Amino acid sequence: MKETPVELSSCTPPMPPSKKKPLFTIFIVLVLVTGSGWQIGFSITDLTAGLPEMGSLLVQLVPPDWTYFGEVTSPMMETIQMAVLGTTFGGLIAFPLSMLAASNIFHTNWITVPSRLLLNLIRTLPELLLAALFVAIFGIGPVPGVFALMMFSLGIIAKLFFESVEAIDSGPMEAMTAVGANKLKWMMFGVVPQVMSSFMSFFLYAFEINIRAAAVLGLVGAGGIGLYYEQNLGFFEYARVSTIIVYSLIVVLVIDFLSTRIREKLQ
Amino acid sequence: MIEFNHVSKVYPNGTTALNEVDLQIEDGEFVVVVGLSGAGKSTFLRSINRLHEVTEGEILINGESITKARGSSLYRMRREIGMIFQNFNLVRRSSVMRNVLSGRVGYHSTLRMILGLFPREDKDIAMQALERVNLQEKAYSRADELSGGQQQRVSIARALAQEAKLILADEPVASLDPMTTKQVMDDLARINKELNMTMVVNLHFIDVARQYATRIIGLREGEVVFDGPVGQATDEIFSDIYGRPVHKDEMLGEM
Repeated sequence: MKETPVELSSCTPPMPPSKKKPLFTIFIVLVLVTGSGWQIGFSITDLTAGLPEMGSLLVQLVPPDWTYFGEVTSPMMETIQMAVLGTTFGGLIAFPLSMLAASNIFHTNWITVPSRLLLNLIRTLPELLLAALFVAIFGIGPVPGVFALMMFSLGIIAKLFFESVEAIDSGPMEAMTAVGANKLKWMMFGVVPQVMSSFMSFFLYAFEINIRAAAVLGLVGAGGIGLYYEQNLGFFEYARVSTIIVYSLIVVLVIDFLSTRIREKLQ
Repeated sequence: MIEFNHVSKVYPNGTTALNEVDLQIEDGEFVVVVGLSGAGKSTFLRSINRLHEVTEGEILINGESITKARGSSLYRMRREIGMIFQNFNLVRRSSVMRNVLSGRVGYHSTLRMILGLFPREDKDIAMQALERVNLQEKAYSRADELSGGQQQRVSIARALAQEAKLILADEPVASLDPMTTKQVMDDLARINKELNMTMVVNLHFIDVARQYATRIIGLREGEVVFDGPVGQATDEIFSDIYGRPVHKDEMLGEM
């Protein structure tokens, strides 16, 4: 590389950036919001008319039926167990699949492109649809729920994880090539130690989401607490519904708290 | 012994990185490769262990062609060649010990390495390697807790644990300060003498090159324009390699 003296530009100082761009952005957002509202027939009057209804529902929710806690403990445990199993299976599949999708691990398009297509396909399917699908296959109970959560967490973990795999330092990988490692050893020593903590972090994040997702799966018969939601709503047992809400809130808060603490430690 | 037989490398964009390089490096030599950035120093070094492919010619290591080696024989040949990088290339989150042990992966089965089962002897070898660079007390620290100079010495220990016969070092001191530069270069010199390990080192600083090399190879636009014992590499020769008078910033000074 030849050294060239830096040329001092003789032109006028640069103009400040134009204000047109942010104004244009605001305009576009406004058009999108009002357009969407108009298209789906949103109206403020409907919303205000519904408000008293909402109020009376809230009144019926209080106080929760405290005696009901004992009864919903076992479905609540089942929900947590479904989330544990679903996240674990999903994570186990997400790990290798993310590696296959990462272009810095596999340099050939015919591996990465199909893997990414598969990941995108999995992520497109909402968990409720998956659950309904698996209920049709396996019948009512927690098993289809576990499968739905597996696919759901596979989608979340793989998407986040494959992006963080692509962002790792290439230095250790180069060093492992130089050491004479084959592909698997190269991954074990050049890649895995760099990505393990982010994988664990995404795994816990998916578990947090799965606890909440698992709560609704019962609506389509895929086990867990969701079934009790549906039954109690059907019988207008709002005190019991609010018990389940409070219970879910406690479980979610505890798990979020623990998982956040662990994820902080992983940094 | 490393033999370059009419080696050329042309990048797809038409840049010639190496042009008809034809030379031999004997066992136990301390070779320093100099040249401007972009002169092909890095390509020269990386073609020896085939981190870069050459487009013409052949490179032999102890009579065996690495250019033609495939699969497991390429892995085995690379195992005999240690490499040290400008940016150390350690796994920053892993312990020093684990980084040094990673030099041993070429000696064991894939299954064993996936499980991370290193035999007792390997841990001793790794510890001895760390002792040689005077870092045994850091064995269980995380690599990123160490200073730059210490990290570079860990990467030297990795090459030692590899039990390589030859070490390639690509600008090993370019990201270090003068004090640690001296430590790292002294380590390399000591290993070269005590273990008779061949060193091929790319360097930017002319005075460092002169102090440690037994032989200087000068590259300019991919061509070997000087190759001789360090005593013959005068200031005029360096000016010729660089195509211009030597700058002050090409001297580290205070060594």
